[in-house]
Amino acid sequence: MSTLTAFVNGVAFWAPRLPGWQIAAPVLRGETSAPVQPAPRPAPTLLGPTERRRAPDTVAIALEVAARACESAGADPKELPSIFASTHGDLAISDYMSETLARTPTLISPIRFHNSVHNAAAGYWTIGTGCYQPYTALTAFGDTFGEGLLEALTQAACGDRATLLVAYDIEARGPLATMVPSRGMVGAGVVVSPHAQANSLARVRWRTKRGGQRTVALDCNAEFVAGNAMAACLPFFEALARAERQTVCVGLSPALSLELDIDFPGAEHPDER
Amino acid sequence: MAAALREGRSGLRPNDFGESPLPTWIGRVPGIEAVALPDRLAAWDCRNNRLAWLALTSDGFFERASVARDRYGADRVALVMGTSTSSIGATEEAYRRLLPDGQYPEDLRRAIVHTPHSLGDFVRAALGLEGVVVTVATACSSSAKVFAQAERLMRLGLADAAVVGGVDSLCGSVLFGFNSLELVSPEPCRPFDRARRGISLGEAGGFALLERDGDGGPWLLGCGESSDAHHMSSPHPEGLGARLAIQGALACAALTPDAIDYINLHGTASQKNDEVEARLVAAMFPARTLASSTKGWTGHTLGAAGIVEAVITFLALETGLVPGTLNAQELDPACGPQIRIRNESAEVRFALSNSFGFGGSNCSLLFGKARQA
Repeated sequence: MSTLTAFVNGVAFWAPRLPGWQIAAPVLRGETSAPVQPAPRPAPTLLGPTERRRAPDTVAIALEVAARACESAGADPKELPSIFASTHGDLAISDYMSETLARTPTLISPIRFHNSVHNAAAGYWTIGTGCYQPYTALTAFGDTFGEGLLEALTQAACGDRATLLVAYDIEARGPLATMVPSRGMVGAGVVVSPHAQANSLARVRWRTKRGGQRTVALDCNAEFVAGNAMAACLPFFEALARAERQTVCVGLSPALSLELDIDFPGAEHPDER
Repeated sequence: MAAALREGRSGLRPNDFGESPLPTWIGRVPGIEAVALPDRLAAWDCRNNRLAWLALTSDGFFERASVARDRYGADRVALVMGTSTSSIGATEEAYRRLLPDGQYPEDLRRAIVHTPHSLGDFVRAALGLEGVVVTVATACSSSAKVFAQAERLMRLGLADAAVVGGVDSLCGSVLFGFNSLELVSPEPCRPFDRARRGISLGEAGGFALLERDGDGGPWLLGCGESSDAHHMSSPHPEGLGARLAIQGALACAALTPDAIDYINLHGTASQKNDEVEARLVAAMFPARTLASSTKGWTGHTLGAAGIVEAVITFLALETGLVPGTLNAQELDPACGPQIRIRNESAEVRFALSNSFGFGGSNCSLLFGKARQA
């Protein structure tokens, strides 16, 4: 299997006790402790005041992470194709829709309905940034982060250009939470490109691999995303924070993995630019 | 499907879905309720996956896909599925039948049917695939975009072949959801008609096997994808995103608009989509290009529309059957000479299929009868 190379030119991370990469990176390296109090949900400043208030949690977290990843890469959001990866989509709206349909189906809210689509966050992102570049929205259950990262790397390679990945899941609500539990709100994003730039965080040499032993996050870090459906993203961001050469393996499907050799040519403290 | 297209037989019927059906027409697939999945797939049982099974086991597809799996290896065949609502119908049913203590009924306590990857995971299990497995959910462009994603995976050598497709089934969310947006027609949808009254919702499933080489076509020559950057549930007024998608597909295939013999339009019969798409086609294509919406046959099958209309486009390439726009009587003045009401017979060498979705996600696919443009 051939190996392809990409550079991580931007990064973003958000969990209730790790609200932002600047806070998250030193914690994930074991240098500082995380704030005790969880942060309030990020405000999707890209949207107008009314839409900002009404924005579902998926939109709030995805837009925050997308904006910070672009900022970190010094990239114009308008120029980037994007991949929005979420395991379950907006679990709160799914709960609302199912509950309302069971009782008073004709009272479904049109806004909540159009916010229920899996690509709602991607839609708001492209509307808010005026971006005509394509986006996609995908899921692969427990392997959603891996499939999202693979698609970002694939699009970056095929298009020979920087590509944005935004991965997120929110808290499950109502009876649905008993079937597909997810706690808290976690978002993680990268801008990947076949081309290095002065402030590239890391180089990634990647390939798909049959089987593969999936990398597990350190216990002391896993607690920050524990129970969230996007928890599988953590080992990759842990490696980016640590900034030491490491091979990370993430799942693509039950029998296939994405193997990433991550190194940091010339980088000293990639999160402190 | 070929016979129904030829004979102008619509699959739409008065809405009889659910307990208090809205006064509209739907494209309901008969017999789904009676489909029995094999025991080994019982954990995935739900309306959407039954429809997927019906489609998988039609037209010899299951056998063709199995041959490809054995030939290339189960880990070398990618699986890229498209859907809008996947099996949310199973979640809706669980909420209708919640036990007094608020728990799910026992038969629906299966996590996989309450998450959107239900479809991709079901088809993976059904076909025994072990490669890339992913479900794309970009509303009505979903199962068009699967072609583009699979093509990229094959181009980079991450897969030797790919099973692509899409399945969406009727459920309360879409029927009452589109109704809340006042987009649903009280009569069978009439795409591009000046008096059109909205969409008819439908359900469908379809699959295609993509390989690098083959004895014959059709060939995927180009994919164009774009975003509208305009509105969540309304198209860009000048069709800017749609134009970019069509231009992208043409550029990818190194073709100009005058090479296009047929366009299967998105043509939902909503006021806005049809007006914008009609103007765009009139502005971009010569009079000789034939164009139509086939949603009068199928209804708008949402996340399955891309694959359904790709397959109709394959029929046009293979047989020269160029479908018209069923149910349209008098065309909207925005329509150029391209948009046809009646079926025609013509040599189709190059054809486009347009799929535009909620959230401003656009995809246009360009297929050819021959490999080289």
